[in-house]
Amino acid sequence: MLTNISTVLRACAQRNGAAAVVSARNYADFTSQATFEIKKSDVFKLDEAPATEVVMTRDEGLQYYRTMQTMRRMELKADQLYKQKIIRGFCHLYDGQEACAVGIEASIKPTDHLITAYRAHGYTLTRGGTVKEIMAELTGRRGGIAKGKGGSMHMYCKNFYGGNGIVGAQVPLGAGVALACKYKGSDELCVCLYGDGAANQGQIFETYNMAALWKLPVIFICENNRYGMGTSVERAAASTDYFKRGEFIPGLRVDGMDILCVREATRFAAEHCRSGKGPILMELQTYRYHGHSMSDPGVSYRTREEIQEVRSKSDPISLLKDRLLSNNMASVEELKEIDVDVRKEIEDAAQFATTDPEPPLEELCNHIFSNNPPVEVRGTNPWAKLKSVS
Amino acid sequence: MATSLKCLLRSGKEAAAAPAVGDANRDLAAIQVTVRDALNQALDEELERDERVFLLGEEVAQYDGAYKMGFTGIAVGAAMAGLRPICEFMTFNFSMQAIDQVINSAAKTYYMSAGQQPVPIVFRGPNGASAGVAAQHSQCFAAWYAHCPGLKVVSPWNAEDARGLLKTAIRDDNPVVFLENELMYGVPFEMSEESLSKDFTIPIGKAKIERQGAHITLVSHSRMVGHCLDAAAVLAKEGIDCEVINLRTIRPLDVECIEGSVMKTNHLVTVEGGWPQFGVGAEICARVMEGSAFNYLDAPVTRVTGVDIPMPYAKILEDNSVPQIKDIIFSVKKTLGV
Repeated sequence: MLTNISTVLRACAQRNGAAAVVSARNYADFTSQATFEIKKSDVFKLDEAPATEVVMTRDEGLQYYRTMQTMRRMELKADQLYKQKIIRGFCHLYDGQEACAVGIEASIKPTDHLITAYRAHGYTLTRGGTVKEIMAELTGRRGGIAKGKGGSMHMYCKNFYGGNGIVGAQVPLGAGVALACKYKGSDELCVCLYGDGAANQGQIFETYNMAALWKLPVIFICENNRYGMGTSVERAAASTDYFKRGEFIPGLRVDGMDILCVREATRFAAEHCRSGKGPILMELQTYRYHGHSMSDPGVSYRTREEIQEVRSKSDPISLLKDRLLSNNMASVEELKEIDVDVRKEIEDAAQFATTDPEPPLEELCNHIFSNNPPVEVRGTNPWAKLKSVS
Repeated sequence: MATSLKCLLRSGKEAAAAPAVGDANRDLAAIQVTVRDALNQALDEELERDERVFLLGEEVAQYDGAYKMGFTGIAVGAAMAGLRPICEFMTFNFSMQAIDQVINSAAKTYYMSAGQQPVPIVFRGPNGASAGVAAQHSQCFAAWYAHCPGLKVVSPWNAEDARGLLKTAIRDDNPVVFLENELMYGVPFEMSEESLSKDFTIPIGKAKIERQGAHITLVSHSRMVGHCLDAAAVLAKEGIDCEVINLRTIRPLDVECIEGSVMKTNHLVTVEGGWPQFGVGAEICARVMEGSAFNYLDAPVTRVTGVDIPMPYAKILEDNSVPQIKDIIFSVKKTLGV
């Protein structure tokens, strides 16, 4: 109803000119864009830094809000379904870190590439997966983004290489994707994410070395949410300046709870890569509300007060909402409408995810090899000869 | 920038050093080519044929380095993004450090993604015992890799195998583990004109009967195939006629070929350089038992394998740690009960 009024009033304004606008109700009277002062990123081996004065349009703001809210509600629904035992196995939730995924996507192109570790539902969404197919993958149904065969940690879509279960393994993979980009002569880059836990791994340093040597167009991003499983960064790392750990790779340390900081830093990093300067490292300081996974309550190694403090002072969705409202870029009702919309989308997706049938047994052995004639696969006993097609 | 990276990755150091097969030689029906040269020529040709093919690894091109897990992961990532890397390990022993990338990032991905993400990559390098390199550099990885669904595992013996299988492996859209043998690199073999043509490929998953025989079947792969043929020559003088099968591919195993042969000869001996437990021979035994050839066996299958110990250094110990021709002859006679 509110949108209708707004449409009508806009139409009126167009017909009657300025005088009519002044006398109309101001649902149509939002600021179309505003400039924001954001926190300066710490830099390492860089002469310049990302801008601290940035512009956000109303449309952008609403889109970021909607996406982050969708991500938040999707993860909370996953929490619910997990507790009902409808989702099984591993489930690493992303709530609290939304500004990272949405901010990054805002500054890269769909033709760019991205790879991350197992806390991947948010990225699957930003990279083009739908809530429906993400949830159906979590519940292991045939409508899942990987037909139910991958699960939480193995979701893929175009230019998104998962979803990787082995800590740190995705980092060399990401550099390899970047190598392919450079090799093909395109201006595409690869965003390659890992956590504070993985940051101490050997293969990451091997990757830094080769990426720097070959000037690969890769943005290494350390999502530092302060805890590697149950170990705080102070107990895990001799140096917690993750943005400096690339040593010979320039670095940025960014407020990962502020979507505009993330967006601006990513824009800066992408330009660095596309201009042929080689890799760059971004540390996003962020926070996860849930434990490491659904089997970790997340309160044995940190206090509830800490979690609550982050929620009340630094929640990424609240920060954005405040900005939109205080700059007259959106109304409370409008945002509530989006919330209602999102809630419905999640409910519909959950409904699908809980009613869609499981994958058919006939497809058990499929997808072993690509572009291969059908093969026979041994079943559980010598007489069980199963079929596998590409 | 992009072109120089491309050049770097497509100019194998070995490829540059390989002597070209001259036009004059091509007119001959057969010429002698070492396994090393066969591999290099195949690499050269495949690099030329497809721009997406490139080399990566330890001591490859101009990049001298040993960053195993890193470069293996990089190679797999490049394959995911549409290139066709050939990832070289100095020996497969080093692949143990990178094995997570081979298995979890390469082998399983097509399945986990339900067919969305193929990984067209070849992992190649010398496998198994060499000479005097001791325990940490002598392990055979055929059984380790052949255990895993999602991988194809090939093990060429001669120059023709090397050439044909490498071309097929590079053209395959799936991860292929290509197990070479250091002691075979310098061995020359006659190669027919057909096998020297640019599109000569050998299908993965098909064994080759190197020697026809009536009394007993010897199944082997890689260097041991030569040992089996040598043993067969000696046994022939004593009236024992051996059929020698060169597996060529470990996974998928050409069980049909083995069964067909056993149904003819009624006796089977497997010969491998690797350790006995849970190995290639063990798998062959299990498969023969489960199939039609079991009822044709006149004796249990015999496995000839490496000794179940880490490889020692001293020459006399090393020589006695892998199957020798006399071990094969002994096992054949025992199996035949003569």
